Amino acid sequence: MNGAPDTRWRRAGALGVGMVALLAAATYYSANGLPRHWGARAATVFHARDVSAEGWGGGFTLSDAAGRPRSLADFRGKVVLLTFGYTHCPDACPTTLAKLAEVRRLLGPEARHVQGIFVTVDPERDTAPLLGRYVPSFDPSLIGLRGTEAQTDAAAQAYHAQYQITEYQGNIMVDHTTSTYVIDPEGKTRLVSPYDQTARALADDVLALLREG
Amino acid sequence: MIPARRPAPGRRRALAAATALLAAASLPGARGAPPPPVSVRDAWIRGTVEGQTGSGAYLEITSREDAQLVGASAPFTDRVEVHEMREVDGRMTMRRIERLALPANTPVALDHDYHLMLIGLHQQLRVGQTLTLTLEILDAHGVRRAVAVQAPVRPLNTVVAAHPGQGR
Repeated sequence: MNGAPDTRWRRAGALGVGMVALLAAATYYSANGLPRHWGARAATVFHARDVSAEGWGGGFTLSDAAGRPRSLADFRGKVVLLTFGYTHCPDACPTTLAKLAEVRRLLGPEARHVQGIFVTVDPERDTAPLLGRYVPSFDPSLIGLRGTEAQTDAAAQAYHAQYQITEYQGNIMVDHTTSTYVIDPEGKTRLVSPYDQTARALADDVLALLREG
Repeated sequence: MIPARRPAPGRRRALAAATALLAAASLPGARGAPPPPVSVRDAWIRGTVEGQTGSGAYLEITSREDAQLVGASAPFTDRVEVHEMREVDGRMTMRRIERLALPANTPVALDHDYHLMLIGLHQQLRVGQTLTLTLEILDAHGVRRAVAVQAPVRPLNTVVAAHPGQGR
């Protein structure tokens, strides 16, 4: 067996495979366009739904567990993760709050630039002391806010969040939007993260927003 | 069976619960019927903070024959209801359902879409407690059977494995 022709043959083969791959890639991308992150000026691609252009959100006036009035402006400079719920919620709300706690954990030191907020849509039953015990039990940094019915309505409407309290066979049933609203450090509502989006994906989006600034 | 002296109210409640369990357990034997056709695993109750009067309980039921879950109760809460949770356009809705089918030999998980809703809790549910839930099963012969389930209380922030945050 002579080694030299064999090596040459292999080189030629490798070159051939390489050329075919290049040709395939060129054909694919000429048909489908380059991946979005290749373009230097392309906007960040988020996991969550981008609502930057929708003009959602803005100020809200609610109170924290200590009864202090709070508005969105208080959290300027941080990425705010805002969610609506109620403490009697057996499953969806604990899951979302646990996710916000997990996002902070995943962000490590960057978590100091993030504020999770839980707005109750059931202020009648969710008293300030109850909110003050419930929300921080998921993560001490999380804040629970409540307002009058009118304030709660205004806050929900600003984010296009829906909720409905109905009495059904003596039960108070609360249907509500389970998304998490992602607000950038300037106070602009940027993303809506659906209930079933993972903590990892949400943390990635938060990081992307923090790096924008 | 009759206590010699009148028990204190707290004791009376515990006694009533114990008697109910005993009655449930002895019922099939008395009728010569087989034991309830279901087995339950992975039962747990979501813990609460002080002042919270609602929570959820979760478990997996497997019935050896076609049966239905038609109700549940527990001595530490006003009501236990079988609820179905549905997400429609990002909005979560929960509704009580009258009966949940338990097809033969098919595990039915009450962990997410279905769960037991605890309404009107009498006490804070603390991690470390183990509490008794009683399931009401309608068996294939149309007989209502009580099945007692021991469920540990887990932390409020417990996330079910198939949930977000745990990587679906």
